[in-house]
Amino acid sequence: MTRFIVRRILVTIPVLFGIIFIVFALARLIPGDPCRAVLGERATDAVCFDFIRRYGLDQPIPVQFGIYLQQLAAGDLGNSIKHSQPVTELLIERLPTTVELTFWAMLLAIVIGIPLGLLSATRRNSIVDVGTMVFANFGVSIPVFVLGLLLAFIFAIILKDTPFALPPSGRLSSGVTVIPLVQVWGLKDLQGVPRAFLDFLSGIYTFSALISGQWAAWVDSFRHLILPAIALGTIPMAIIARITRSSLLEVLGQDYVRTARAKGLNERGVVLRHATRNALLPVVTVIGLQIGGLLSGAVLTETVFNLAGVGRSLVEAITGRDYVVIQGFTLIIAVIYLTANLIVDVSYGYLDPRVRPR
Amino acid sequence: MTAPAAAGSLTGDPLAAARPSNLWRDTLGNVLRQRSAVVGMTILILLVLIAIFAPFIATHDPNQVLLGVEEGVVKRSGPCVHLLGCPATQPEHLLGTDGNFRDLFSRVIFGTRVSLTIGLAAITFAIVIGTLIGSIAGYVGGWADNVLMRLMDVILAFPSLLLAIAIVTALGPGLEKALIAIGVVSVPIYARIVRSSVLSAKENDYVTASRALGESPGGILFRRILPNSLTPLVVQGTLGIGSAVLEIAALTFVGVTGALDVPEWGSMIGLERSQLFNAPIVILAPGLAITLTVLGFNLLGDGLRDALDPRLNR
Repeated sequence: MTRFIVRRILVTIPVLFGIIFIVFALARLIPGDPCRAVLGERATDAVCFDFIRRYGLDQPIPVQFGIYLQQLAAGDLGNSIKHSQPVTELLIERLPTTVELTFWAMLLAIVIGIPLGLLSATRRNSIVDVGTMVFANFGVSIPVFVLGLLLAFIFAIILKDTPFALPPSGRLSSGVTVIPLVQVWGLKDLQGVPRAFLDFLSGIYTFSALISGQWAAWVDSFRHLILPAIALGTIPMAIIARITRSSLLEVLGQDYVRTARAKGLNERGVVLRHATRNALLPVVTVIGLQIGGLLSGAVLTETVFNLAGVGRSLVEAITGRDYVVIQGFTLIIAVIYLTANLIVDVSYGYLDPRVRPR
Repeated sequence: MTAPAAAGSLTGDPLAAARPSNLWRDTLGNVLRQRSAVVGMTILILLVLIAIFAPFIATHDPNQVLLGVEEGVVKRSGPCVHLLGCPATQPEHLLGTDGNFRDLFSRVIFGTRVSLTIGLAAITFAIVIGTLIGSIAGYVGGWADNVLMRLMDVILAFPSLLLAIAIVTALGPGLEKALIAIGVVSVPIYARIVRSSVLSAKENDYVTASRALGESPGGILFRRILPNSLTPLVVQGTLGIGSAVLEIAALTFVGVTGALDVPEWGSMIGLERSQLFNAPIVILAPGLAITLTVLGFNLLGDGLRDALDPRLNR
């Protein structure tokens, strides 16, 4: 098992270098003058010359790449050209929004998707089954942003002034704040990595408000998350429901299930204790595969619901030609994705001994 | 066809008596037995007809700004059909107008052309390049396999929409750039499919036989090995067009493709996004169009998979 994990990690390394190179290259390929994109069309040549030199943009590309690798090794993602702020700081500000959104979306997808799939497999061709499959087909076909806008239309406009009304944008209502953990716990002097970590956690409102007992703020932030989480979670939910259904159907047709039934076990026991466990193996893989889609969908969801997360910031950075932010954010997203895939592969090897090489 | 069968039964040869099986006819029969494939196909045939006959179905020129051209035209007017009781003083628009005084219905109809063409073109591009990469990797093997497949891994390591956004930004604005971007991010899927079927097919005895008969490597690859990947490519390609339509709409919605004059569903929604509260139909109509198109490809793709997978047959 250890050998399997080690080998899987080693394979990831060249891919990681490829990612770093592509991220770097793509950021350089973006057409347009970064100086005038940032300082405005009327920036003089002298000002631009200074600007280009300050950010090392006058160096040959290989030299720029070398410098970039050195900085990366030191944990430095550079400074945002536009916000004149370190990219790491920006990340600590924006990443929690995305992490929180994708977490709730995924949770929703799993908690609803798996039972739906199990239910429709055990009651094949019933109304539940047909309904689930119709829902699943629509769920994977509707664009995330259309679903998001549709939900906003239903819950913020049609159901306005009813108890079901939900906020269509932002993370908190005006006037509501979540007090950062550093402040709650009186750790204002904390510096460095622990401080960054606590700030990051504080940014995940549904988590930090919960552990610090800020109930009103928790409820408010949660209400703001419901619509974006449904918009983002519907595609994975549909996919998980489908794969759970077909996987359970396949398992239910196997000999050992017949044996279990022949032993006189009741149907519930057969399905839940014997079949479901094996049927969930492919579901784990599919859940892992959804992470990339979730990160893509987060860009759209954040745009629709006006959330300042990594996805929307990245699109803003691209249109504003903020090379450093583009590089840093794309890299972080790719690394998160790569790590998630690694974890899924390893856990799959753990769950299914057949995958493990001897 | 009946004559030889009858002759066969006379001689009592059971093989000749069997109805000769025809690959294409059998496949079509299997496909038509899948409910989802039939529904998907119906949707797609309708959409293709709409795309072809768009100029006859549309009531207006999709790009014509009607302000000053048509009496009493209003921005985002909402649907107005005289037969359904809309006052005759208002100009007739089946779905109303958009924020630029253009006929919404005609734009949605013409949008079918744009989405179908780009989706199909992007996936054709991806299949051609993917087949090339996959067959080289699988057939040559060794370092070529390693280098090419690691390259594919790198592309797959990015969430596809983000990579597509980055590529469009690097290439510059325009729908054709979006097409290339969607094509590039889809290549690894097809490369992997082709590679794995080449790997499993190249060890077959009939391949060894062709080699012994002196067939050229190219001939072996194209005539003996690649036909094996046709089925998975058709299934994945059909599903792929659906995702491509979604991705194009997402790219234009975010706005990285630049301002578009072309009636394209995603950009129609992106431009009017802030009008959700005033004129929801401006967003919901193109949204429904995208959903239907993607649904059509997904249903057909799923149906094809069930029909063509030999493990599920018979």
